[in-house]
Amino acid sequence: MAAETAATPAVLHVDLHLIHEVTSPQAFALLRERGLSVRRPDLTLATMDHSTPTRTAQVFGGAPITIESAARQIRELEANCAQFGVELLGLTSEQRGIVHVIGPELGLTQPGKTIVCGDSHTSTHGAMGALAFGIGTTEVAHVLATQCLLQRKPRTLAVEVDGTLQAGVTAKDLILAIIGRLGVAGGTGHVIEYRGATIRALDMDERMTVCNRSIEAGARAGMIAPDDITYAYLATRPRAPKGAAWERALAGWRSLPTDPDARFDRKLHLTAGTIEPMITWGTNPGMVVPVTGTIPLAGPDAAFARAVGYMGLEPGAPIRGQPVNVVFIGSCTNARLSDLRSAARVLRGRRIARGLTMLVVPGSQQVKRQAEAEGLDRVFLEAGAEWRESGCSMCLGMNGDTVPRGEYAVSTSNRNFEGRQGVGARTLLASPLTAAASAVRGRVTDPRELL
Amino acid sequence: MEPFTTLTSRTVVLAATNIDTDQIIPARFLTTTTRAGLGKHLFADWRYDERGAPRPDFVLNRSESAGCRILVAGRNFGCGSSREHAPWALLDHGFRAVVSTGIADIFRSNSLKNGLLPVIVDEATSGWLLAHPGAELTVDLASGTLSLPGGARVSFPIEAFARHCLLNGVDELGYLLSRSSEIEAYERRA
Ligand code: SF4
Repeated sequence: MAAETAATPAVLHVDLHLIHEVTSPQAFALLRERGLSVRRPDLTLATMDHSTPTRTAQVFGGAPITIESAARQIRELEANCAQFGVELLGLTSEQRGIVHVIGPELGLTQPGKTIVCGDSHTSTHGAMGALAFGIGTTEVAHVLATQCLLQRKPRTLAVEVDGTLQAGVTAKDLILAIIGRLGVAGGTGHVIEYRGATIRALDMDERMTVCNRSIEAGARAGMIAPDDITYAYLATRPRAPKGAAWERALAGWRSLPTDPDARFDRKLHLTAGTIEPMITWGTNPGMVVPVTGTIPLAGPDAAFARAVGYMGLEPGAPIRGQPVNVVFIGSCTNARLSDLRSAARVLRGRRIARGLTMLVVPGSQQVKRQAEAEGLDRVFLEAGAEWRESGCSMCLGMNGDTVPRGEYAVSTSNRNFEGRQGVGARTLLASPLTAAASAVRGRVTDPRELL
Repeated sequence: MEPFTTLTSRTVVLAATNIDTDQIIPARFLTTTTRAGLGKHLFADWRYDERGAPRPDFVLNRSESAGCRILVAGRNFGCGSSREHAPWALLDHGFRAVVSTGIADIFRSNSLKNGLLPVIVDEATSGWLLAHPGAELTVDLASGTLSLPGGARVSFPIEAFARHCLLNGVDELGYLLSRSSEIEAYERRA
């Protein structure tokens, strides 16, 4: 809306503001304190995902929600949305789901939009060519009250990937490899544009998996130029423009891609063909190796010793074969329909290892219904996994879905920080294929052995 | 917001690199709907054992840390989640500044909005600070400098508008609200 100057940042107008139960209560409280209203309820959408239950009886059956403070947070979001006139996809809504899954799925996430949410994985929406990034709760209040944010222009980082991914290697493996190369602070201060033939060949679900984890390299936003794959994805979405409005929007979107001779502040190049299925061994997403590889013998600083100690792993040992107690298929990284299909491909006709717990948590209620229409729920249940209602669930364990202390979880989510999935939980991040294969064997497994 | 002008304090050192917001405040404490009282959960999983008793070896539990208002940490402090509960917890505990060679973008932005000053220093300064826990430092926001015990002064970058807001104890919301008519005009055009 207004450009930056030396004294003041730019005033950025926000086209879509997504809110959820965990990072919004204090923002609404601020509006109340100052007697302010929500400036553009029509550009604001609320859902529930982070602390919501995933057990069907608690979502639909009226069974009490286990964690009282989480239940209170849900009630508070309902009350805030009602008071301020914000549309809420509530607990039993058919369109509810993880905030970064439903935006694209509903067709609200569109090329060229500015999108913010009080959640760092808002970078996901960049897959559609939107400028999307996570904000804190004070900024949530700024956007609610003024529909604007103060921002300085970030630096730019081009991540260019060429070549074809091998069979059994997915978008998750690609982004894990990119984070391994950039490191967890490599993208700080930058917006990433993912480019190159490999990126162009990804479908929208895969592009979202890549952009989702930009923040894991420190970049607030990651984007991919919109193209015919993007437009085909959006054309059928309920809240995408229709008819003449669609034609107008499309003409605008086609002008968005970066100029071929654009200059970036930094560049990184990767060759897709050399990437293998990847898995993390440590306590940040940059501590990653090919599933065929070994845990490093040493690291650059004291964090290495701390990480192997926390994880209870041995430097130099192969990661493959490491016993696993829990497998989680879920999160805004990997809980869209194609991710569930990918896990089901490995699990069909097989059973998970004895003693292992496996949770499959779809990214949204729509994903859940589509998966059930394809019979994927049967595949998971027959394999011995649990099939839940949508939400963040074990990605951050706020709703009580946690990994027990000391246990090893192969998880399709995005963070392996100490305690992320529960106090003392040991998380290994991987693709849905690798997670499902590891569930079958009860050990970290190269999915290519089971395809 | 309380104005931030100068701050003199001894430091607490957490030398670990990449301290993420899940460590600063674990997710299970985010089901709160207020900002208050998060200090007791600051670094909860490092600070307390399985039964909830303070771990005597963790720096925040040691007597020399009492009253310290400057936290010195390894590079890339505050990475991960956007939870503003992280700066709220640090402030509630009593910290007013965090010093590191690198501070994650969203955490830095959240900190500035709450009066927690992110101070980014070079490797050499950071190395010295990490090796000298308890050193008494003075942060001067107006000049953007950090003074070390021997009298050495290093400057740190700080975005001009954020500095203005901190020095005067005003928040950005007032500024955004003051531009309502322009926002309205923009929205009419769009
Ligand atoms: S699934 Fe995990 S990463 Fe994604 S929004 Fe939920 S908690 Fe955040």
